[in-house]
Amino acid sequence: MRSSYAEKAPLGLKIAAILGLLFMHLPILLIFVYAFTTEDKTYQWPPPGFTLKWFSVAWNRPDVWEALSLSVKVASISTLIALVLGTLCAAAVSRSKFFGREAISLLVILPIALPGIITGIALRSAFNLADIKFSIWTIVLGHATFCVVVVYNNAVARFRRTSGSLIEASMDLGANGFQTFRYVVLPNIATALLAGGMLAFALSFDEVIVTTLTAGQQATLPIWMLEELVRPRQRPVTNVVAMIVVLVTFFPILCAYYLTKE
Amino acid sequence: MEYKNNPIHAPGLIGRLADLFWRRKWLLLLLMLLPPLLWLGVIYIGSLLALLVQSFFSIDEFSGLINYELTLKTYKELLVPANLDIIIRTVSMAAAVSLAAAIVAFPIAYYAARYARGKWKALFYLGVMLPLWSSYLVKVYAWKLILAKEGILNWLIVKLHLSWLLDALLATPVIGGNSLSVSYIGTFLVFLYVWLPFMVLPMQAALERVPINYLDASADLGANPVQTFRNVILPLAMPGVIAGSIFTFSLTLGDYIIPQIIGSSRLFIGQAVYAHQGTAGNIPLAAAFSVVPIVIMCIYLWMAKRKGAFDAL
Amino acid sequence: MTSAVELHQVSRYFGAVRAVDSVDLAIEEGEFFALLGPSGSGKTTCLRLVAGFDSPSQGEIKIFDKPVHNVPPYRRNVNTVFQDYALFPHLSVGDNVAYALKIRKVDKATRQKKAEEALEMVQLGGLANRRPAQLSGGQRQRVALARALVGQPKVLLLDEPLGALDLKLREEMQEELKTLQRSLGITFIFVTHDQTEALSMADRLAIFNNGRIQQVGTPENIYHRPQDEFVARFVGSSNVLASSELAQLGIQAESASLRPEAVQLVTNGGYFAKVLAKSFLGSAIRLQLALFPGGDSQLQSTPTNMSSKISPIQLSALVDHSRAELNVGDTVRVHWPEGSLHIMRVSSSISTGEL
Repeated sequence: MRSSYAEKAPLGLKIAAILGLLFMHLPILLIFVYAFTTEDKTYQWPPPGFTLKWFSVAWNRPDVWEALSLSVKVASISTLIALVLGTLCAAAVSRSKFFGREAISLLVILPIALPGIITGIALRSAFNLADIKFSIWTIVLGHATFCVVVVYNNAVARFRRTSGSLIEASMDLGANGFQTFRYVVLPNIATALLAGGMLAFALSFDEVIVTTLTAGQQATLPIWMLEELVRPRQRPVTNVVAMIVVLVTFFPILCAYYLTKE
Repeated sequence: MEYKNNPIHAPGLIGRLADLFWRRKWLLLLLMLLPPLLWLGVIYIGSLLALLVQSFFSIDEFSGLINYELTLKTYKELLVPANLDIIIRTVSMAAAVSLAAAIVAFPIAYYAARYARGKWKALFYLGVMLPLWSSYLVKVYAWKLILAKEGILNWLIVKLHLSWLLDALLATPVIGGNSLSVSYIGTFLVFLYVWLPFMVLPMQAALERVPINYLDASADLGANPVQTFRNVILPLAMPGVIAGSIFTFSLTLGDYIIPQIIGSSRLFIGQAVYAHQGTAGNIPLAAAFSVVPIVIMCIYLWMAKRKGAFDAL
Repeated sequence: MTSAVELHQVSRYFGAVRAVDSVDLAIEEGEFFALLGPSGSGKTTCLRLVAGFDSPSQGEIKIFDKPVHNVPPYRRNVNTVFQDYALFPHLSVGDNVAYALKIRKVDKATRQKKAEEALEMVQLGGLANRRPAQLSGGQRQRVALARALVGQPKVLLLDEPLGALDLKLREEMQEELKTLQRSLGITFIFVTHDQTEALSMADRLAIFNNGRIQQVGTPENIYHRPQDEFVARFVGSSNVLASSELAQLGIQAESASLRPEAVQLVTNGGYFAKVLAKSFLGSAIRLQLALFPGGDSQLQSTPTNMSSKISPIQLSALVDHSRAELNVGDTVRVHWPEGSLHIMRVSSSISTGEL
């Protein structure tokens, strides 16, 4: 029997929900419009005309390419590190009950539970104290730290759904720990890891708060954008880059969604 | 035919290692935990502690060098009215943003949890996930476009002949200003926009767990929809609201980019930390400033844990 | 003679809980052996100790005379059929069955052939390409069986293998398992809480209670000669008579068991009894009787008068449908054949209170 509450949403609720969703999406869509505007000095609305020329201008900007390539590099390395650390942590926490499990969960969540600026300042001052020069590796260090949690969450959820008797069954059938990992554990958590990796990549690719503090002279794409935001030089190029960033991050997010869907 | 690995046959190196890990399960556990613990426990927590320690140093006003003697001088400096202003301003903003986010998020979360089915459910989920994960800077940038004087919002207000309303709003003391993009209202709007998805998801998770028959039971016992909402739905959604507010609160407390780009020139905690460590080179004060959100968040997390909010994460 | 599996004084503690407590057991080669007991009685833990998923806190386990202390499960010549089947969801049915062969680096063609043979053995020929999720519960159970048998273990462990199946399927599988075990000739050890299943399938069984083995024996032996009250009550149903009740019947013993089906209604002789309750069981009728040894006159005049100094003996009896006309309150004569009243020693842990 269907409940009376499940039948039909009150009109007011429906409108509020749809308005809420629009509020979340319209600003992003606005960027798409601005990427085609002919106006290059102000943020004039409605745009006086439409053009594709800013795409080619952006395409020919070496600084954009440099920033993009640095961002991709940082995100890839950070994602790899986060995958290893997050999976190890999730496996340890899920497979056995030991003293301090809760503490480890907290430790993993802390880098995103605390405001990013604290992570950033803490790492920056530690680099200064240890006399470490800022480089791509200092950026990676910061990024991997807060990316671990994304992989960890995905992996823990999957481990929780994977029956423990599968591992026993594998060992029972003659597979040692390594073979069991290779043939049973890994295939079962692979999609969760892939999803976690995608999200970690998206997170790292967009991060700016920690990055400004752990980067030296290098500019990742978000840092490049931040500079444009604070001191706009070429608005149309920024518009185009912003739109591309949105499109680039949508892809891993959609993939992650379909990978973890039941 | 005998297939099973015979224990008499000496296993290879890997086999022997596997046996060792099987016999000494704690050894495997230790090896698995070692890399993440080294990374997060030593590097990350170590950095945090080093930062904390530095807040107990002070800076020599004349030389500008750090004086490595434990002192509470920096904390005294933190509590001067100008800095207290910054703290109060930031906490009020965080509270306002969290509250507003809870109000705006509720219909979305409730509709998605209770009424959306099949394709609509997926649409709602993605509809929240995509903004959640899209680029933070792009989102801030979008609001720079929206709130610009020549931008879409002003254009809309003029078209709707609502300029008088905007002017009245901007004339309000404290929250008003010359234009939306340099007022607290603007900062608030951007904060709300950027952190809203962080509120929707845990709220929805909490609401999903309210069995429909609770609502039927409440109606059956004579409660009208408003009473059901107040006495059943709201208390059950509360852990989700608290879980979501952990994000909105923490993220607002530590942000230094949004108020820098959209807002008045008055500082927030994040900006103060950034400024003191950067141009001013006053690491001890920056450290002391960053202790504020840590303490606030610890209290917040502790209270949230007592309310059972972590189950909704 | 070599035992397939031997347990010497095996105990397993979880903190203060003694899940398995000083168990001694020898299971012979080729035996179909059941570990029977209520949930939490330690039977599954025992099975896991034999499989190697868990290690005993004390004592020694031998499999074919070899101590298996510190031998990991993947080096034991023992395979398990799991209660939840534990089929690998990411592998096809065929790959599931062939898993043990793949680990042993058997070539692919042989693997597939062996897997198909094993599937045919459990009547699932041709389903090798399906996914476990596409199978019914009964089919998954068979795949789990084929997977455990394909590596030709010397001992097969079955953990409540039929627990998740419905009654009809369960009866079918009982027959099949028995046939399979006879044709393979290997040792089957299976854990169950269902006493009919254990009695009908096993060559011998061990009754578990509170981590200890209460009795080991053949089904007939255990059914007709339960060693104590726990076994008498857990295996089948039984009238357990205490010493005071036995004294009324002129028997000197601490306690005795009388199976309900042994209690007969007769026209002459025997004891008078009053029908307290009647329930229809389908194949038989169960009567709840109050027996008054030697109190017949009183019973006839005032059946409801319980002023007698001696309290009645409560008995349950199974009778056939010819006695369907009996009503609650009727008086009957009951009798049981010589030897059907089985004298037990009193188990000290259980005799307190209940009777």
